[in-house]
Amino acid sequence: MLEIRNLTKRFGGLTAVDDISFRVAKGHIHAVIGPNGAGKTTLVNTISGVYRSDGGSVWLDGADITDTPTDQLVYRGICRTFQNLEICGGMTVLENVMLGFDRYLSKGLWPTLLRSRRLLEDERRYTERAMHLLGLIGIRDYAHQEARNLSYGILKKLEIVRALATGPELLLLDEPVAGLNPRETAEVAELIRTIVADEVTVILIEHDMRMVMDLSDRITVMHFGKKLAEGTPEEIRNDPEVIEAYLGGRR
Amino acid sequence: MTELFAFLLTGLTVGFVYALVGMGFTVIYNASGIINFAQGEFVMAGGMIMVFLLAGGIPYLPAYLLAIGLTALLGVLLWKLTDLSRDSSQESLIILTLGYAIFLRGAAEVVFDKELHTLPPLLGEGHLTILGATLSYQALLVMAASVLIVAGLWFFFRRTRTGKAMIAVSLDPDAARLMGISLKKIWVLSFSLAAAIASVGGILLTPITSTNYEVGIMLGLKGFAAAITGGLSNPFGAVAGGLILGIMEALVAGYLSSEYKDAVAFVIMLLILFFRPGGLFSHRGVQRV
Repeated sequence: MLEIRNLTKRFGGLTAVDDISFRVAKGHIHAVIGPNGAGKTTLVNTISGVYRSDGGSVWLDGADITDTPTDQLVYRGICRTFQNLEICGGMTVLENVMLGFDRYLSKGLWPTLLRSRRLLEDERRYTERAMHLLGLIGIRDYAHQEARNLSYGILKKLEIVRALATGPELLLLDEPVAGLNPRETAEVAELIRTIVADEVTVILIEHDMRMVMDLSDRITVMHFGKKLAEGTPEEIRNDPEVIEAYLGGRR
Repeated sequence: MTELFAFLLTGLTVGFVYALVGMGFTVIYNASGIINFAQGEFVMAGGMIMVFLLAGGIPYLPAYLLAIGLTALLGVLLWKLTDLSRDSSQESLIILTLGYAIFLRGAAEVVFDKELHTLPPLLGEGHLTILGATLSYQALLVMAASVLIVAGLWFFFRRTRTGKAMIAVSLDPDAARLMGISLKKIWVLSFSLAAAIASVGGILLTPITSTNYEVGIMLGLKGFAAAITGGLSNPFGAVAGGLILGIMEALVAGYLSSEYKDAVAFVIMLLILFFRPGGLFSHRGVQRV
């Protein structure tokens, strides 16, 4: 489904993503792990058009999507979440999710001015869907609260729900459980399972090894911008190079 | 009593124009983080274009719409220029808008002239008398049009998806972009909207106070003061700010001396910046909402 070929991103002299290649199969959860500073977030930022790549390409179902502008991504069926929250604090939880439906909602001048039946019907239907999505992760009760007043854990979940609202085929999750307590982590893991059951492909960046090992179909390990290893959770767990990179081996 | 009422009416009329200019500041600031100091020049452009379209023999109503349309187009043009240097820092872009203002004044001086112009009032010379104070039809029109515009913007931001998208961009551009909202479209919209609103003010005010190529300097600064008073990111705060400034100005001009009139807006702005930097209606520090 997604193929990354020799993707490279440099910042001055530092090559944060160095010649990375891997494929993600449809419906899989593909984890990208690595020590802090390995270039995982830069990889996601380069795939999602936040940064421009300095080499290599990204392919989605055979189409070249390298350096697609961020606001075009949802139309390609890609959405992501951010490691540090990007939530519209002054809006309610529900409004944030509705934002995710933006691409589906008509913005015609006359329907809006005349409050046409179809528009209101649309709005009602999507509000219902938003509430349903919020229900999936158990934050439905907060729907009408302003996002800025809510706790980190709820916002973290909200960001995933909002990304889901865009109807993605590919979802990039950048550390979705960082800073969450064990119960919240379990809930998010469960949600990711549900998402994948709906045939959404997930790229998961995460430090929580237990979750990564539990969920992933395949894992790519990054180290200093380079790909260090790739394989099933079982293979990765036993890979001596990976163990050395994480734990620091003897010289 | 009659005197006070007359001052209040004068203040409200001017205050509404400050409010329109101030709203323009907030709309652009929210969408792009830029403070557009050419905002006053939109007011000037609206009035001047209208004067010269009428002089060119174009009937009132088409001239009116054309003047608003052309000013909105000017807004789009300024955005285009700004977008060329999009990678520069916010500060550079703000200084760039100061450049636009100076350029537009110069251009108006060359394209039009340096004379003072006025327009015939839209509804004739008549006036109402309220509690002994007179209120010209034109002043009434300024207020009515402003109230309509404010209500329209309220509807736009609260009830339309494009308006919501605009708010989303002001709150978190990255998230908005990721949801498929094009920042460019929002920026273009904000510049043209701000220009159009200001031009309405400029056209309606011209029969009352006259216009020339320089009229944008003071109106722009007062509008800025209105926006600061109400909170730079709050379009409806700017309305309150504009009205407060307009009324205070009229009271000072009436009871003290018109010498001090222009100082009032800036003294209020400074006090706000000292004691409530987020504006009258902020509940926490400066924040883009």
